[in-house]
Formats: sequence, structure tokens, C-alpha cells
Amino acid sequence: MAEFEPVLLRNVGVENSASLKVYTQRGGYRSAAKALKMNPENVVEEVKRANLRGRGGAGFPAGVKWGFLPKGRKITYLCVNADESEPPTFSNRVLMENDPHQLLEGILIAGYATRTTTAYIYMRVEFHEQFHILQKAVDEAYEAGWLGKNIQGSGYSLDCYIHRGAGAYVCGEETGLIESLEGKRGQPRIKPPFPAVEGLFHKPTVVNNVETLCCVPHIIERGADWFTSVGPPHSTGPKLFCISGPVKRPGCYEAAMDITVRDLVYGEQFGGGMSDGKELKAVMPGGVSMGIITADEIDCKLDFEDPRNYGLLGLGTSAAVVIDTDTDMRDVLYNICRFFGTESCGQCTHCREGTAWAMRIADRLRKGAGRKEDLDVLVDVANNMGMMPGMNICGLSDGAAFPIRMIVEKFRAEFEEHIRNQRPGRVLEVLETLR
Amino acid sequence: MSWKTLDRHTPQFDSEAPPLIGAALKQKILNFVPRYETSLAALLPALHMAQETLGYLSDQALVEIARILDIPPSRVLDTASFYTHYWRKPRGRKVVMVCRSISCEVTGGREVLAECKRLLGIDEHETTPDGEYSLVTEECLAGCDHGPCMLVGEKLHKHVRPEQVKDILADPNNDRIDGPRSSLYDGLKTDGKKTETAE
Ligand SMILES: Cc1cc2nc3c(=O)[nH]c(=O)nc-3n(C[C@H](O)[C@H](O)[C@H](O)COP(=O)(O)O)c2cc1C
Ligand code: SF4
Ligand code: FES
Repeated sequence: MAEFEPVLLRNVGVENSASLKVYTQRGGYRSAAKALKMNPENVVEEVKRANLRGRGGAGFPAGVKWGFLPKGRKITYLCVNADESEPPTFSNRVLMENDPHQLLEGILIAGYATRTTTAYIYMRVEFHEQFHILQKAVDEAYEAGWLGKNIQGSGYSLDCYIHRGAGAYVCGEETGLIESLEGKRGQPRIKPPFPAVEGLFHKPTVVNNVETLCCVPHIIERGADWFTSVGPPHSTGPKLFCISGPVKRPGCYEAAMDITVRDLVYGEQFGGGMSDGKELKAVMPGGVSMGIITADEIDCKLDFEDPRNYGLLGLGTSAAVVIDTDTDMRDVLYNICRFFGTESCGQCTHCREGTAWAMRIADRLRKGAGRKEDLDVLVDVANNMGMMPGMNICGLSDGAAFPIRMIVEKFRAEFEEHIRNQRPGRVLEVLETLR
Repeated sequence: MSWKTLDRHTPQFDSEAPPLIGAALKQKILNFVPRYETSLAALLPALHMAQETLGYLSDQALVEIARILDIPPSRVLDTASFYTHYWRKPRGRKVVMVCRSISCEVTGGREVLAECKRLLGIDEHETTPDGEYSLVTEECLAGCDHGPCMLVGEKLHKHVRPEQVKDILADPNNDRIDGPRSSLYDGLKTDGKKTETAE
């Protein structure tokens, strides 16, 4: 792990970092000015060469996605995915509240490259402070001619609006987001057609995560070669890592993708180790959807490839939550099952029923009423849901199946002991159910 | 399927009643329409602003929004019923939203929720008798590094310990944020006679 000079977070902690003045003083919008003089195809080419993989969870290369847009189109939309609701992820929040113009510059360059006519920033509604900060930045950018008609005399025009969500995790899924933006229920669409061909208002649409777009100005400014020189070949560029739970320094940190979960939890410049003398039991290193690893598996590298070697679904949002030995795994299981059970949009039978039944079984387990067969049923339910077995429309169900299966399989002995003892979990919860 | 005709309690409202949405709010909603290709796309903002103005989204409000945006009322109901932030029944002046996801849970979120319930004397989805607070839980608020956290109105309270809940709830400004504020999505103030005025 080499010394790392922050790129995406370089303005964090600088006074008034959210203002246009400070941003431009610190070199902001130089990259946009450079891009506007380039041929849009060359901008796409540069991002392709950088192998910028999407930061929203799926890791799909952004340049390749932009290349899918049909030729000869008149209208293109860019949807910025600022729905960030995967527990325990908060890196987009940090980017937007500290450096909103970095995002807007990324939107402008990506918009120019894809010949986008209108960009919508789909932001979860719980982001109040962040909405107001970003809206101010948008107003400033319009005033300074970095958004709107004929940007900086280049002949390129781009409108940018913030669209606030209304509370639904599934609206972070790209087609759920599009449906929601259109004013409907946020229920994901069957693909194909992919958004690049037929997306928002049936027009070619690019959906990109906030962090992905924040990387773009740096690629244009420093070049694709610089970007590929950071981190391993398949996982290039700077990346934000979140760490939360009982650690000394919870927060969002930037590094190359050559760190391990151990570094993130114990590294002095990252989590700083467990707090209050607690002991590590498990980590969910990529957002809850990716699954769980035990304390023995924390040498897992946080890049786009290695997590799969530990049975995880992928790198996900690279946001880790630490679970300590005082925590009952039944509570963790129930928490995860409840999340997916309430957030499933209900279109697909296996996802709707699977998550709901998993939630009920997990509830029974934590109340000390678990049955011997429950663990097998949970694994069976998990194995039968998801896009990977081809049952469901979107990835929410895979995101539910992985943690459910992995928690049960990796902590089976603990669950079996609880089932034998029939002892309920935390007292507080049980009192609640008696009320 | 029952052969009996169920009484579906079709909500009735007086179609002659004076409109809930006045000219100013109507204009504010219509201002959003040119941003999109369809007027339906302005529905989420419209619902937010109507809810902020009226307190919650009654059937009458939904029908009026449908007329303003020129879309079927069933569309409006369909959308409004999907999202957790739209209230179809009266809510308190402030909504307390406690995070219940994993990071907040392992750092003590449940104890914070229990303390909120105890102090307010209400359960989840209920409103205090004086109409001041409604209490809900929500999944991850993306403030996990500050867990346990809870949102009161627009303000995110961080690293909340149960013994702090009392002071937080007693603070009259507990729902306000510092820093810039845009009125773009705000509701309009009503003057008691249900006519809004620009702030
Ligand atoms: C259930 C579900 C929720 C998602 N939530 C988010 C989210 O909150 N933010 C995000 O950027 N991507 C989210 N995604 C991933 C998006 O579908 C999409 O891959 C991403 O926005 C593409 O951007 P990127 O290529 O820049 O990563 C989610 C996916 C699923 C299946
Ligand atoms: S997999 Fe689940 S969340 Fe996704 S579309 Fe199907 S029911 Fe909805
Ligand atoms: S888990 Fe509570 S804010 Fe993320």
C-alpha cells in the first residue's frame, strides 16, 4: 500500500470548498475547458482507455457504456445516480457536500462526450443539506456559464436539474431510477432494452454514479495513463472507501484499490482499529448486498476481482460495516432481511415472497423460536432468487440472496446453538413484541 | 375472491369544496413541467410541494394535482402510494426519522428509537396528540459514519446517544439546517384559511 495523495477528496477540509470561487481557485473547471476543445469521441476514447469502472456497484466500464449510445440520435439524457441508499454507503454524500462543483464538472464533461441535452441528478430525498448545497452550486454554475446555453462559447448547451426522490432503495437501480424520474413507481424495467438504447422518456440515456462522474475531470486533466497507473490493472483509479460501525475512525477515505479489508479496518489512516476494546467478528465490505466475510477473511483485497474469491457478489460500493463479537448474528440477519423485505418493489414473485419469508424466518430466529429446518429453508430461499438464477428483473434480489446465504453458512454453528437453546435475542426487542 | 361486494370505503370528498391548492402553489408546480418531456415527470416534485404546504396528501389534494398536471388521478395515487415519504394521513409538524439499518444498529440505534418512543409516548407511524411530532424509522440515511443518526425535519442529528434525545426533541430549531437553503422544493405557507402565500 503506497502513500496516497487524495484526488477525489482533495478539496475536503478546505474552507468554503463547496463554492465556485474556491473550486476554480484550486484548479476547478480547467479540465472542462480542455474537454470542450476536444472532439467528443476523443473524450469517450480517453475514458475508455482509463478503464474507469462504474463506482455505483456493478463496475461496468463507463466509456464502454457511453459507446453503446446509438449513432444519429437527437436527444440524449444523462441521469446522475445520487440515490445512495445501500447501507452502509455514504461516499457520494461526502463528495456532494464538500465538492459539488467537482460533480458538476464531471457531468459537464460526460454530457459533452455523450452529447447529452439534459442531465438529471436523481437525489434521494433524505439528502436535505446536500440538496441545498448542490442546488446552490448548480445556480452558481449557470451564472458562471458552466451550465446552460452555449457553455463558455463552445456551442454546446446542457441543462442540469436536481430531481429529488421520495424514499425507495430500488430507485437506485438504473431503470427504477428512470421510472421514478418519469413520475411513476420506481419499479425496475426488464432489460433489454438497456437505457443506452431506450431509457428516460424512451430516449437514449446514460446512468452513472456520482463517484464515477467525479473521476472524469481528473482523467481528462491528467490523462488515461495516469489513471491506469493508480491501483491494479483491472481496478484502476482512485476509489472512495467507507468504514462504519464500532471502529475508532469511521469515515470515508480515498485510496488506490490495492488495500485490503484489514487495512480499511485497522490501518491508522483508515478505520484505526476497533473502538472501546471491542473484538472483530465479521465485516460486510461492499455494502450489505455483497455479503459478509468473517474476521479470518479480512485479507480480502478491495478491488473489482478479489472479493469474488471470498464468495462475495463483488466490490459493490466498497463501504464496509464492522460487526463486533457482542453483536448477535441473528440481529444482523434480521436487519438485512428486513431491509430487503421492505425495499423489494414487489414485481417479481421470487424476490417479493423470498425476501418477505426470509424476514419472517429471521424474526422467528431472533425471538428464540427458530426451527431446526429454518437454516436450510433460508439458504434454499436465497438460492432461488436473483437475476443470476434468472428469476428476477433487477439485482436487488441477488443483493438479498448473497448476504442471507453467507450469514447463515458462515455463522451456522452460532445459529444452531441458538436454535437448540431457544433463547431469545436482545431483551429490548422482546419487550417490544410483548407490548 | 369473495362473492360479497366489499364495502371499499371509497373516500368521499366534497367536490364543491374550495380547492386546497391555490394559484401560487399551482404555479409553482407548473414551473417544474418544462424541465421534463412529460407533465407526469413533474409528479414527484408536485407531491413534495403539496405535502409541505398541506401537511399530507389527501384524496382531494391528489385529484387536484392530477388536474393541474393533466394526468389521471389513478396515476397520482399509484405513485403516491409507492414511496415512503408521502403521507396519506395527517402527520405531525415535524417528522422524526430514526435510522434502523446495520451501522446504526450496531452503534446503538435501537436504544435511540426506544428513547424516542418513550419520550414522545408514541409508536412508529404515530403522531403525538399535540400534532408536533410523527415518528418513523427509515433504512440507511447515508450518515453511517455518524451512527446512530436520526433526521428531524431537514436536520440530521449525528452520533445520538439515548440520553441526548430529550434535549434534541426539546430544541425548537431541531429541524433546521445551517448553510445554504434553496426554496425550490419548499411548500408555501398557509394562513389558516387554506390559501397559500409565497414565503
Ligand atoms: C437494488 C439496486 C440499488 C442500486 N442503488 C444504487 C445507488 O443507490 N447508487 C448508484 O450509483 N447505483 C446504484 N445501483 C447500481 C445502478 O443500477 C447502476 O449500475 C449504476 O448507477 C450505474 O452507474 P455506474 O456505472 O457509474 O456505477 C443499484 C443497483 C441495484 C440493483
Ligand atoms: S428483483 Fe425485486 S426489487 Fe428488483 S424488480 Fe424484481 S421484485 Fe422489484
Ligand atoms: S446505517 Fe444508519 S445511516 Fe447508514
